[in-house]
Amino acid sequence: MRLITHNMLSCNIKGVTNGFPLRIEAGNVIEKEVEFNPDFLRHMFAKLEWKALVEGARSMGYAELPEDSPDAAVLESDEAFLKKLHHALLELHLEEGALVCPETGRKFPVNKGIPNMLLHEDEV
Amino acid sequence: MSSRIASIRLVSSHREVYEPCDDSFALVDALLADRTNLIEHNPKVCMEIGSGSGYVITSLILLLKNEVPGVHYLATDTNPIAVRVTKETLEAHGVDADVVCADIATGLDKRLAGSVDVIVVNPPYVPTPEYEVGMEGIASAWAGGENGRTVIDKILPVVDLLLSDKGWLYLVTLTSNFPEEICLMMRKKGYASRIVVQRSTEEENLLILKFWRDQDEVSHKEISSPTFLAHFSRSLSLLMEKRWR
Repeated sequence: MRLITHNMLSCNIKGVTNGFPLRIEAGNVIEKEVEFNPDFLRHMFAKLEWKALVEGARSMGYAELPEDSPDAAVLESDEAFLKKLHHALLELHLEEGALVCPETGRKFPVNKGIPNMLLHEDEV
Repeated sequence: MSSRIASIRLVSSHREVYEPCDDSFALVDALLADRTNLIEHNPKVCMEIGSGSGYVITSLILLLKNEVPGVHYLATDTNPIAVRVTKETLEAHGVDADVVCADIATGLDKRLAGSVDVIVVNPPYVPTPEYEVGMEGIASAWAGGENGRTVIDKILPVVDLLLSDKGWLYLVTLTSNFPEEICLMMRKKGYASRIVVQRSTEEENLLILKFWRDQDEVSHKEISSPTFLAHFSRSLSLLMEKRWR
């Protein structure tokens, strides 16, 4: 599971209002190189929750992202920044670990890079 | 020479996971037929709901990756074994997607709403008794309840939520699923539709439907149910006349 997907995951247990972002408990993180595509990053940027990305990256061992969300100028022309964003968003894989709901503490396991978001009967 | 779609010999398998069959091939044929449009469409986020063996999502990635770089691919399945098989199939073909074990798209739907440009679905469409729907294991891949519509009707509102303004849906159906009804339901939500591929096998009449948002269709014309149904039924009858036993 990469951070681009983590940024789109929230706890969907019935009644939970504050289920995003899920806290990452990183067991095993690997890196896989992906082709750099700045257009894609610019497109996705609007949908990202920046703080969740920074926190998530930190949990996976990468602390190079700026705390504050960058402005349009940086996104347009700062290649060094874009490379960091690329790395954090697309090249870090959580292979084993868990995603923890901030409201209930429920853990969604991640095995072989796949988060299991299935709910138990009493959570639906 | 790299293949344009997934190779059967590289597709991973497990006894509890649906192996690619006529319906899977028909869906991939539909994507191949629409390849030029898909490339022009320039999707940024593509998703398969119910990826099973991973054959379809892998094929989608392969047929787009050279011309459309920089796409986020996602696949979901409720079967915890299927998601692993999907991952294995992706890896065997040297491609990658984020795979999530989820019921349709739960967990993803809030944040991904309005963001997905292409969704492909080969749902459990076989008409079965209701109690067979959602049972653990491989039966969940085909058991579709009354008229094979139980899961399809659960999936469509989620798709409507996830699709971007320019989003497209490719859906596998049988003629037994009353596809004209599905198209009418979707039309009321603002979608136009067409049949991309039809395939008659000994057992099934498959229709691969494509949906896209078309507000003009909805606002300017009356949604005249009898006319629409009559037109669709006529097209269907023509197709069914060609059916061979």
